[in-house]
Amino acid sequence: MPSFTLSVNGQKRTVDVDPETPLLWVLRDTIGLTGTKYGCGQGYCGSCTVHVDGEATRSCTMAVESLGDKKVTTIEGLSPDGSHPLQRAWIAEEVPQCGYCQSGQIMAAAALLTQKANPSDEDITASMDLICRCGTYNRIRKAIHVAANSTQKKNVGQRQRTTRQGEKP
Amino acid sequence: MNTNLDRRDFLKVSTVAGAGLMLGFYLPSKENGLTPASDFAPNAFIKIEPSGTVTIAVAKSEMGQGVRTSLPMIVAEELDADWSKVRVEQSDAHPTKYGSQGTGGSFSVRGSWQMLRQAGATARDMLVTAAAQTWGVSPSACKTDKGFVIHSSGKKLTYGELAEAASKLSVPHSVKLKENKDFKILGKSLPRVDTPEKVTGSAKYGIDVRLPGMLFASIEKCPVFGGKVKNYDDTKAKSVSGVRQIVNVENGVAVVANSTYAAFKGREALTITWDEGQWANQTSAGIKQMFEDAVKQRGSVEDYEGDAESAFESAATKVEAVYEVPLAAHATMEPMNCTAHVQKDRCEIWAPTQSPQQAQSEAARILGLPLDKVTLHITLLGGGFGRRLNSDFVQDAVKVAKAVDAPVQVLWKREDDMQHDWYRPATYNVMRGGLNKDGWPVAWLHRVAGASSRGLVVGGTTPPYDVRAFMVDSHIKETGVPIGAWRSVGPSQNGWVVESFIDELAHAAKKDPFEYRRQLLNKSPRLKRALEVAAEKAGWGKPLPKGMGRGIAAVEGFGSSIAQVAEVSVDKDGTLHIHRVVCAVDCGPVINPNTIEAQLESAIVYAMSAAFKDEITIDKGRVVQSNFDDYSMPMMKDMPKVEAHIIPSTDSIGGIGEPALPPLSPAVCNAIFAATGKRVRRLPIRPEDLKQA
Repeated sequence: MPSFTLSVNGQKRTVDVDPETPLLWVLRDTIGLTGTKYGCGQGYCGSCTVHVDGEATRSCTMAVESLGDKKVTTIEGLSPDGSHPLQRAWIAEEVPQCGYCQSGQIMAAAALLTQKANPSDEDITASMDLICRCGTYNRIRKAIHVAANSTQKKNVGQRQRTTRQGEKP
Repeated sequence: MNTNLDRRDFLKVSTVAGAGLMLGFYLPSKENGLTPASDFAPNAFIKIEPSGTVTIAVAKSEMGQGVRTSLPMIVAEELDADWSKVRVEQSDAHPTKYGSQGTGGSFSVRGSWQMLRQAGATARDMLVTAAAQTWGVSPSACKTDKGFVIHSSGKKLTYGELAEAASKLSVPHSVKLKENKDFKILGKSLPRVDTPEKVTGSAKYGIDVRLPGMLFASIEKCPVFGGKVKNYDDTKAKSVSGVRQIVNVENGVAVVANSTYAAFKGREALTITWDEGQWANQTSAGIKQMFEDAVKQRGSVEDYEGDAESAFESAATKVEAVYEVPLAAHATMEPMNCTAHVQKDRCEIWAPTQSPQQAQSEAARILGLPLDKVTLHITLLGGGFGRRLNSDFVQDAVKVAKAVDAPVQVLWKREDDMQHDWYRPATYNVMRGGLNKDGWPVAWLHRVAGASSRGLVVGGTTPPYDVRAFMVDSHIKETGVPIGAWRSVGPSQNGWVVESFIDELAHAAKKDPFEYRRQLLNKSPRLKRALEVAAEKAGWGKPLPKGMGRGIAAVEGFGSSIAQVAEVSVDKDGTLHIHRVVCAVDCGPVINPNTIEAQLESAIVYAMSAAFKDEITIDKGRVVQSNFDDYSMPMMKDMPKVEAHIIPSTDSIGGIGEPALPPLSPAVCNAIFAATGKRVRRLPIRPEDLKQA
């Protein structure tokens, strides 16, 4: 069995697997990171979404051999303590119901916020093409706006502090 | 089995883990593993430790509806616990200890309501007695608040400090429950206890069970319902890297491997010859023909009032229509799976199931083990919706694990899940309505043909309206397609039929559909109020932009009354846009308003999937659709604005997981009629049916 060295959540992981094995199953069965979920195996539902070099990627259709030295981030690696602005917004807005798809939803939203700090409703609809069978879509949309706003407020606050520091060192 | 059990095994209140109070009637000690015959009182819900930590057991399955929060809230309310000190614990399956653990029918809260209140109030009463005895005062001079017993003098003790003393008291026979107005915890939108783990990926669903030495399996099942394995060649499958073992489970062949992917790959390498059985030629057209033939004659009368047939014959205006409902799949996000470890004299199971007790007893039956040798842990469920009331996926795991010398997780592919579901029944409905010269109904005739299950086909057919005379009759046919409970069951399709047809009668009478319903709901005041609130909140009667239509529907079920108003528009090519849904519910006393709103939103989206997405069809005895490409789901782009209104109510407590589902499709179809003049009489709503010439 060939050996692959992956970078997952900042750690090097060497795995011996069939080269065609989708990243999803390497994460879940070989490495033991079960936060990334299997939903359809065909890239339709998005429950398996992770970041590959920062891009939202459906891990169920990405063969491990095609990964090269790209960096993988899973829901477990999004923040060290569950404090990513999206995770906080998800809690504040009580988004999850069964919760099964939410790892993928949060990872897709995180990639969106990296590209667009303050996405419009249209941006969110276009990016968030994932299935939630509990129908939490309206709350997901709201939570993304809440996270975007909280991040922006923080940035504004930081800028203001910087200015003050500049005035009076 | 030793029936001469020691008295210590039947302690009414047992001291556990040092000095603690475990409230449970006839709770057996866990160590001996025996199930005494007297182990029947389902009241082992509370454990209070000296530290003050209150552990509340949840015996129902958490599938997104919020029971891990709402049920402990009920116990904590009557206990007067400090919510911040409450720890929630998922119970294992037990045949009697907790009453029914079956999770369905929107019944968890209303079915457990009295029992859990009793459990909390009993513990509270005992803590008060313990404090009163400690202080040498009268219990009536003591009150409780947030985990304290407080004497009128001002001195107080925590529940933790009282746990040991309380554990030595006998359980009172009757206790007084709180009045609703004194609730401190119930009625508040407390955050769900399981949200933090669901946003970090640490929540454990059935599919996430990982055990030392565990193997992974997947089953190639006969694609035809009822078919079996005739013979198979597993030579190639065995040579797939990682494949460890092949197991024949009669309706399929299981591949056991080191990883899920190897098991999937092994399946592709199997060559199986099937005995396809008696349904190998079944088709959707064949099923429809069976129904069409059946409805030519009267079926079994399900419900009636007066002589509806004669009243119809002599009616001034007659309205007739046929409504067709397709099969629908559940498509929970977490595909069916179960993990089992079978050893010589026992079995341990981890299952995302809505029927833990049924699953436990089926496992015991398959293995020939006594029930108490089968431990079943309930995991989180990645959606349920009625699908996981069936234990087929648990049986799969037990059968495979029986042949394997290790714990095994059996996972269904999405395709297996889609093609081996227990579907909402397809039905064919012949509706006849008679109106008097003023346009009011005098006769309502509903003849329904459907598959397999009378309850699932007929539920929700009795009209809530004063139609003077009505009759419902049914033809229940065997089609070979497994039929099961699909979120909101009978009313999920009959709500559409009844609420579309009453709309047709209103239009035939040239009356406003809201007013028409309102005038006919005097016997259902709760539903009438929900209807009025929905209409008012939606601005019924106010003009809409050109091209838009508004529709209304009201359905009673699961102990709750719900009405919805939908606003839609339809493009020239028939594309439907649902812009806004206003929902009003009367579900009696409210446990957690946020959970209720979430369930209303959720049921509306679930209803949308069956209203205007895809249908399940049958060809050659098998399901044609296989994944989310040909059985698509509503997505964020399909979402209307959803407004939920909870009507303050002191009526009896109702369910909330399902009842918001039935009104959606009729409200939408009635709105389509208002917008376009086109009446939708078959689901799902298809663009070609709405296209403008």
